[in-house]
Amino acid sequence: MRRVLAIGATSAIAGAVLRLMAAKGDSLYLVGRNARQLDAIAADLRIRGADFVGHETMDVNDTAAHGAMIARAEATLDGLDLAFIAHGTLPDQRECEDSAERTLAELATNALSTIALLTPLASRFEARRAGCIAVITSVAGDRGRASNYVYGAAKAALGVFLGGLRQRLHGAGVAVVTIKPGFVDTPMTARFSKGPLWTKPENLAPAILRAIERRKDVIYVPCFWFWIMLAIRALPEAVFKRIKL
Amino acid sequence: MREITTSWGRVTHAEHEVLRPSNREAPLPVAAGISRYLPRGAGRSYGDVGLNADGALWDMAALDRFIGFDDVTGVVRCEAGMRLAALLAIAVPRRWFPPVTPGTKEVTLGGAVANDVHGKNHHVAGTFGRHVRRFALARADGERMVCAPDENPELFAATIGGLGLTGAIIWIELQLRRIPGPWLEVETIPFGSLGEFFALSRASDASHEHTVAWIDAMTPGAPGVFSRANHVPGEDGRIRARGLRLCATAPFNLVRRPALHAFHAAVRARHARRRTARRHYDGFFYPLDGLADWNRLYGPAGFFQYQCALPASAGPEAARAVLDEVARSGECCALGVLKMFGDLPSPGLLSFPMAGPTLALDFPNCGARSQALFDRLDSIVRAAGGRLYPAKDARMAGDFFRQSYPGWRELARRADPAISSNFWRRTTEGAQG
Ligand SMILES: Cc1cc2nc3c(=O)[nH]c(=O)nc-3n(C[C@H](O)[C@H](O)[C@H](O)COP(=O)(O)OP(=O)(O)OC[C@H]3O[C@@H](n4cnc5c(N)ncnc54)[C@H](O)[C@@H]3O)c2cc1C
Ligand SMILES: NC(=O)c1ccc[n+]([C@@H]2O[C@H](COP(=O)([O-])OP(=O)(O)OC[C@H]3O[C@@H](n4cnc5c(N)ncnc54)[C@H](OP(=O)(O)O)[C@@H]3O)[C@@H](O)[C@H]2O)c1
Repeated sequence: MRRVLAIGATSAIAGAVLRLMAAKGDSLYLVGRNARQLDAIAADLRIRGADFVGHETMDVNDTAAHGAMIARAEATLDGLDLAFIAHGTLPDQRECEDSAERTLAELATNALSTIALLTPLASRFEARRAGCIAVITSVAGDRGRASNYVYGAAKAALGVFLGGLRQRLHGAGVAVVTIKPGFVDTPMTARFSKGPLWTKPENLAPAILRAIERRKDVIYVPCFWFWIMLAIRALPEAVFKRIKL
Repeated sequence: MREITTSWGRVTHAEHEVLRPSNREAPLPVAAGISRYLPRGAGRSYGDVGLNADGALWDMAALDRFIGFDDVTGVVRCEAGMRLAALLAIAVPRRWFPPVTPGTKEVTLGGAVANDVHGKNHHVAGTFGRHVRRFALARADGERMVCAPDENPELFAATIGGLGLTGAIIWIELQLRRIPGPWLEVETIPFGSLGEFFALSRASDASHEHTVAWIDAMTPGAPGVFSRANHVPGEDGRIRARGLRLCATAPFNLVRRPALHAFHAAVRARHARRRTARRHYDGFFYPLDGLADWNRLYGPAGFFQYQCALPASAGPEAARAVLDEVARSGECCALGVLKMFGDLPSPGLLSFPMAGPTLALDFPNCGARSQALFDRLDSIVRAAGGRLYPAKDARMAGDFFRQSYPGWRELARRADPAISSNFWRRTTEGAQG
């Protein structure tokens, strides 16, 4: 039985992972911004076997609220074994190109809020010398592309931050797992037409949970994205800039 | 998102705007420029009840949460997009079981209500709709109501077997059935004629909760294997986490005569003698779920299932006539299933079962030849006062549907004016009223 703090718990990908955790009898503390959705999800997870489900509402951009939320989660669950961060938004790239304000807001939600959360979380886990921090980033953070580089830049920032954190916490026995999904059919991507590379959250969830349990460093889900991104990263910038992606 | 949706038989498909409600409290999503909508479950209906060309589908899959589960009474409330498989995973360890289950666990609860599905226990449990205590119905205009036998009873009746036309079912409260464990004691008995089948069925009605027969409809006389089963106590077994999946459509129909003759002979050889065995519910109820997307075996042309219900009196003769016609036609019948429905009434307006035999026969799509056979079968079924199952149908004539389901007029009155389907237009357009 694990004690899990899940941030962005109304996300479709997080939801699929939380169902697997519930089936294993974990204790869950859900954080999101929609109270009614959290209620519905909590009731579902209880019936699916979770030992305990608590929840609270918070906008991740309200960084002043982070500390108290983490303290409440830890108190409610009587400790923490895993912090799982999943929230995110997929900005309209064109809108960002026309507005620095929009761009900064997206960077705030997708990078700064998570970095702000990781700062106190890292210290807590480091002090307890145990546990795991798992964060969903994206393959989009592996290389800047014209179609979504604001989102990609945020995810890339998280990637570097998590890499450093992993090194720092390694000695303390705390695992830091970077999860990089490829294309997933969720409300975030509802507006795109789906080709053969797309997966459903329930198909990804087992791999994500396995990575967390095995305290992996960086994983691509589904795993074939490792090879796709390897190829994409290998292209020289002089070539890459001429491609439309 | 515009998407092309294919029905389970793969004979008909249509392009739709697909909308995905994910919050049970929010109004149903609508799209600009779209005037007709239709809820969609898991797409396990064979024909066109789940298609709505040039309109939109509300794909209910994301509404799949449990709302309540009472371990003591076996009353479960969950969102309508939940698949039976998810319900089973939670209910069976608590020793509860769906009161009625079709031959696949990949259907949604909403789809099970909308087609008022039946199972091998129809003679003792009736249809799925009998066990639905209440549900929430959402209409395209944002209206929403709870329906139960004593609350909006007309819409309750119209929605059970209502083919999705009265609105989208958002959640369902269902009475489950107690089981002593996940196992069944299954007796299989070979028979050589329909007469033997009817006798076996009659003899088993009172003693067995589940009865059904497999028949070899390509052999004159329609020999087959009768199976009857009851739930028995036992520990939870491990069920296969994941079966195989057919990941591409066969380039041509693989379900062909020589293979079928061999297959039918093998089944009969395997069941040459009466046998009793203990079987897990998963293998007993859902044998086809072991090969996901098996419908792709039939190749790009797809296949039809012809399922009719025949009244008790004329039924046995008519069933014999149907099977004779199939054997004489020389068409490939890949799978034949025969069962006696009981006389428990359904609360639904347009429920398919009636007391008497029901035959379900799978045929690869052989174009005009298949259609000609189905037309001949239709005249037998019509003359006997029987009807066809909309969940399986992609071709019946409108007047046959309207004559055999007189409740259709009442359904038309109760239907949401913003909802329609290919099936509904095909069978009722021009005859409204
Ligand atoms: C292998 C196999 C075996 C089967 N065996 C049986 C059997 O033994 N007995 C039997 O009765 N049937 C059987 N069926 C048929 C199947 O049970 C029905 O077609 C069932 O309705 C499919 O449910 P679905 O969730 O896939 O719904 P869909 O096929 O997607 O939709 C069916 C209808 O339900 C409506 N609908 C779906 N969800 C909702 C909702 N939330 N609110 C309102 N309307 C909704 C749709 O508009 C449509 O009219 C079988 C099918 C297969 C593939
Ligand atoms: N889908 C993909 O293809 C894909 C690919 C790679 C990576 N990812 C990443 O996977 C994660 C999960 O996304 P998803 O696909 O599951 O999409 P999703 O279902 O849309 O989930 C996104 C979640 O983030 C929450 N959120 C957004 N802004 C927030 C804020 N300011 N405060 C609190 N919560 C906020 C949303 O809450 P509300 O419900 O309240 O809106 C929602 O629950 C994200 O980090 C995403 O970047 C997704």
